Amino acid sequence: MRRLPRHPMIVVGGLILIAIVAASAAAPWLAPADPVKPSFAQRLTPPRGLGGAAAHPLGTDNLGRDILARVLYGGRLSLALAAGAVVLAGGVGVVLGLLAGLAGGRVDDLLMRLADVQLAFPVIMLAIAIVAVVGTSPAALVGVLAVSGWVLYARTVRAAVLTIRETEYVEAARTLGAGNVRLVTRHILPNTLAPILVLCSSQFATMVLLESGLSFLGLGLQPPQPSWGLMLAEGRDYLSNAWWLATMPGIAISLVVLGANLLGDGLRDLLDPRLRD
Amino acid sequence: MRAYLLRRLWQSAVTLVGVSILVFVILRVVPGDPAKMLLPEGAPPSAVEELNRHLGLREPLWVQYEIFLRSVVRGDFGQSFQYRAPALRVVIERVPATIALAVAAMALTVVVGVSLGVLTAVRQGTPWDYGGTVLAVLGQSLPNFWLGIMLVLLFGVTLRWLPTSGFGGWASLVLPSVTLAAFPTALVARLTRASLLEILGQEYIRTGRAKGLGERRVVLRHALRNATIPLLTVLGLQIGTLLGGAVITESIFAWPGMGKLVVDAIFFRDFPVVQTILILSATIFVVINLLVDLLYTVLDPRIRYG
Repeated sequence: MRRLPRHPMIVVGGLILIAIVAASAAAPWLAPADPVKPSFAQRLTPPRGLGGAAAHPLGTDNLGRDILARVLYGGRLSLALAAGAVVLAGGVGVVLGLLAGLAGGRVDDLLMRLADVQLAFPVIMLAIAIVAVVGTSPAALVGVLAVSGWVLYARTVRAAVLTIRETEYVEAARTLGAGNVRLVTRHILPNTLAPILVLCSSQFATMVLLESGLSFLGLGLQPPQPSWGLMLAEGRDYLSNAWWLATMPGIAISLVVLGANLLGDGLRDLLDPRLRD
Repeated sequence: MRAYLLRRLWQSAVTLVGVSILVFVILRVVPGDPAKMLLPEGAPPSAVEELNRHLGLREPLWVQYEIFLRSVVRGDFGQSFQYRAPALRVVIERVPATIALAVAAMALTVVVGVSLGVLTAVRQGTPWDYGGTVLAVLGQSLPNFWLGIMLVLLFGVTLRWLPTSGFGGWASLVLPSVTLAAFPTALVARLTRASLLEILGQEYIRTGRAKGLGERRVVLRHALRNATIPLLTVLGLQIGTLLGGAVITESIFAWPGMGKLVVDAIFFRDFPVVQTILILSATIFVVINLLVDLLYTVLDPRIRYG
């Protein structure tokens, strides 16, 4: 902890993320209005300070819904989906990476070829193809995001296992009679944690981007659910007379991605001094 | 060298077969009954059964896959439901627009990314460095769909300098290619900076300076040359980013390329077109990265492959 002040990226990135997660979690108390109920008398009012009313600090959209409320509630869904995807992809990826690294041989070949195959597709193309088949329910979306993400964890863990497996302390533990399970849980897995943590952070950014990208294309969360990507797509039609519709959710997405990227870069510097530039 | 060449060729071939299997599983096995999608609604069950048999859908899966693979190799990707034309032709017609966009974005990425990387590296620790680094971090964090919309808002709606949709002339290429290039440019800038800084600390650079070479010559001729070699791999991998980014960029700017086509095809459930685009873009990615790896062995004689 004492080393934290020397890593401003972790502090800044972490604070940005914490602020946004907290604000989204507190949406029911912070939101000035209902995020879904239309109010046609209040259509397209500009943000406060630009001719708008105090009741709607970030203005309202084409159906008179409060934009601040929609950004806050939209964050709950987007962030929850991204977090779920990171956990699922991380879990599956770590297990498969361990398997590939420890089993070697044909299992390793098969898993790594599968990874090659998947990486040959642009992530979003594969994701929209799968969405077309499995649908756009939140559970399906977490699955699609996780499918897009597992490969990186698996490769990272496999690479770490291959190095750690040959180290003397693992050899020593094996000589002392440690079984496979004990070797993995006590000696190998803890030493792969650093790269996994770094990856989780940057993948959280990727997952938020992918989910909002899908929603933006109409292949993610469906209206009237407030979602950042969806709000952007709706705001496109009002660029000439109501720029704030598309601007506000975009700022929210950018902040989350910026925060997670900074945190990831900072963690990498902190945990892996070899990668410092 | 020869062995390496053969191994890479073999790997690429295996990957492409895997690509075809994955596409087959996602789009042929999972979505249920293609015959029902081909026939008008309310067709009698006997007709559905008949068509299923005719399409070979009552055969075992591996036979179906063999039929699928044979037709793909022949260039027969099926008929587009939406355009009532061969899916491959529908897709090929859209390829030039996507290539124009990808090439423009790649050119931007290389020119701007490398320049920014060199600038921040040689001016390490100055405001130039901090400014450039902030720009690169922003470039990696702004979602391309939002960046695209903000560019439309600024240059299209407010300033009215540039066209914001469609495919016509150089001016229409500007906003989409900037949108598409932002992320890879930022990545290339950061990598160039990191690898240039590492190289500038090496002995031969000191030798170059010691024998009186100008700073410009040292950086551009001696350091940058070696710094660009690892960049090549990254640029190859960015082909995937460009093809994927095209999906969103083309949708924002109504750009008539493969990316917009695949989104439209998904909404029409036009699976033959979707499968064609998936296979085509994965093939482009695999082939380009194979070429990059081969080029690598030519450019960097230090690397020996067993």
